[in-house]
Amino acid sequence: MSRVQNTLRNQWRSLADLAATSIAVLSTILVIAPLVAIFIYLIYKGASSLNLAFFTQVPKPVGEEGGGMANAIYGSAILLGMASLIGVPIGIGGGIFLSEFGRGTKLANAIRFTADVLNGVPSIVMGIAAYSLVVVPMHHFSAFAGGVALGIMMIPTVCRTTEEMLLMVPHVVREAALGLGVPNWRSVLSITVKTASPGIITGCMLAFARVAGETAPLIFTAFGNAFWSTNLNREIAALPLQIYVYAISPYDDWHRLAWAGALVLIVLIVLAVSLVRFVTSRGVLKGAN
Amino acid sequence: MSVKVPEIHIAQVQLPVEQAVLPETPTEPAPISAVRKFLLERGNSAVADRSFAWLMLGCALSIFAIVVLIAAELVLRSQLAWHKFGLAFFYKAFVDPSTNLAQYWDPVNEHFSALPFIYGTLLSSLLALLLAVPLAVGVAVFLTEMCPKVLRGPLAFLTELLAAIPSVIYGLWAVFVLVPLLREYVNPFLITTLGWTGFFGDDNPTGLGFVAAGIILAIMILPIISSLTREVMLAVPHSQREAVLALGATRWEMIRMGVLRNARIGIVGAIILGLGRALGETMAVTMVIGNSPEIHRSLLSNGSSMASVIANEFAEASSDMHLSALMELGLALFIVTIIVNAIARLLVWVVTRGTPAQVN
Repeated sequence: MSRVQNTLRNQWRSLADLAATSIAVLSTILVIAPLVAIFIYLIYKGASSLNLAFFTQVPKPVGEEGGGMANAIYGSAILLGMASLIGVPIGIGGGIFLSEFGRGTKLANAIRFTADVLNGVPSIVMGIAAYSLVVVPMHHFSAFAGGVALGIMMIPTVCRTTEEMLLMVPHVVREAALGLGVPNWRSVLSITVKTASPGIITGCMLAFARVAGETAPLIFTAFGNAFWSTNLNREIAALPLQIYVYAISPYDDWHRLAWAGALVLIVLIVLAVSLVRFVTSRGVLKGAN
Repeated sequence: MSVKVPEIHIAQVQLPVEQAVLPETPTEPAPISAVRKFLLERGNSAVADRSFAWLMLGCALSIFAIVVLIAAELVLRSQLAWHKFGLAFFYKAFVDPSTNLAQYWDPVNEHFSALPFIYGTLLSSLLALLLAVPLAVGVAVFLTEMCPKVLRGPLAFLTELLAAIPSVIYGLWAVFVLVPLLREYVNPFLITTLGWTGFFGDDNPTGLGFVAAGIILAIMILPIISSLTREVMLAVPHSQREAVLALGATRWEMIRMGVLRNARIGIVGAIILGLGRALGETMAVTMVIGNSPEIHRSLLSNGSSMASVIANEFAEASSDMHLSALMELGLALFIVTIIVNAIARLLVWVVTRGTPAQVN
């Protein structure tokens, strides 16, 4: 009797194993499916509505066919440039402190924790903060406010990846530099940071890709603009913002432009992420170990 | 706080002292070797080093400053609403005397209550977790324990890519693909089969609403939960797996007893982190939730979340009180996400602290 029970039990166990395996495979397929669906639909819709005018013209008024998003592409470039100017140096500086000066101290742990938590604060809250810090004192929406909002969002990501990359640089390298009588600041900047630079650039690209698609913090900072504008002190258009406005509009022609804009945006982001993947998988960092 | 300066500096700091000693031998200055001369001419790097360390400390402290600044601004600018409504802002509705119906959000008469938005945020996030958690854990299990090595890299990359797609593009896709799909096929099916529960009413023919928001949120938080779960599962030592296998367990039993049980705290952390992301997610939700400040039992009806109402009304707020009420919503969102994230980080940290930092 116990033998029958045992075979039954073993059959049940292998059945459970099979079920678990198939559930895991199924869920992976279910997760990959929407990704593939989104990409195929995006390429299909976007490619069919992408043309030269998209890159060279500004939006036409409601009811007129055609037009493009040249101003939004330019605006996004300006906003991201400003964000990088704010976010990258401060982020890298914070990362250097965490890894080179504060390693193991309570202060560094607290900063690391705060950076992680700040990373999870919703982008819309960052938008409100930038609104009350920049827009309210200036009394109008501006490209500058948008840049500040995005820049603040870049800091924690850049800081944490910089720290992680610097931690991977072996101690021997630092000791060698100091042993030659190089001042500590030179040793950090031209030896440690330089050794880890592929990884640090990777982190910056990741942060960049993340804020490139952010819409929520721009709604009430950069505000969007239907015309060509280069003035940092005025409202400026941005690609994600324009996609949002066009997507919820009732006009077919604007929907078409929204898809084209989404395709351009996603191509930029995927390029950045793949580049990052390529750099890290080639083992530039492993070489340092 | 103490700045750690490598000891080599002490030697460099002492250099000028020797220089000061030199004039004491007036008649015949000692011959200075080439190396010493070079060192003296280059001077002392203590000042540069100190200022560099302080500069880096400043950069790091700016992260604290940002959090404090955000909190201060939000508290300051939500004072108006706080003084008028107090804590009742978060739980009380106004009753319209003429119709005797509950009124939640009325910018014209300056009646504001956060109730429908809290309800919308919680409901859409819970729906998202319900859909995303089993899938995410399944993906993580597959990627860490079952997947052939060849597939592991590309699949992990694909799920990472899912995290890199901007929220507005998810929203765009949801508006033009998901919502029509729900409207034509899924919602009628839910209404006919589960309509008797009362959770699936047929009064909203648009396809927008909590279900649409929940599904798109689930797709968005999946990669975060699964990648963190994967990290936590990888942190479980191999000896655990080997021990369970050596006792004659099947693969699933090994995963259940050896891996999932050890990693459960970290997995809970990953889920809470996903919850934090879902609570604050703005654009995709704004585009599909329907944006009406009401509370309905039906999951298929229109609603509004805290983030979506801010995104919709902030730029065109009609009065100072309106703006202040929105600020207070933002403050609530800020506090809740900070708490949720802190808990999640602590849980993940508890599990992975022993293992070296992973970069991939």
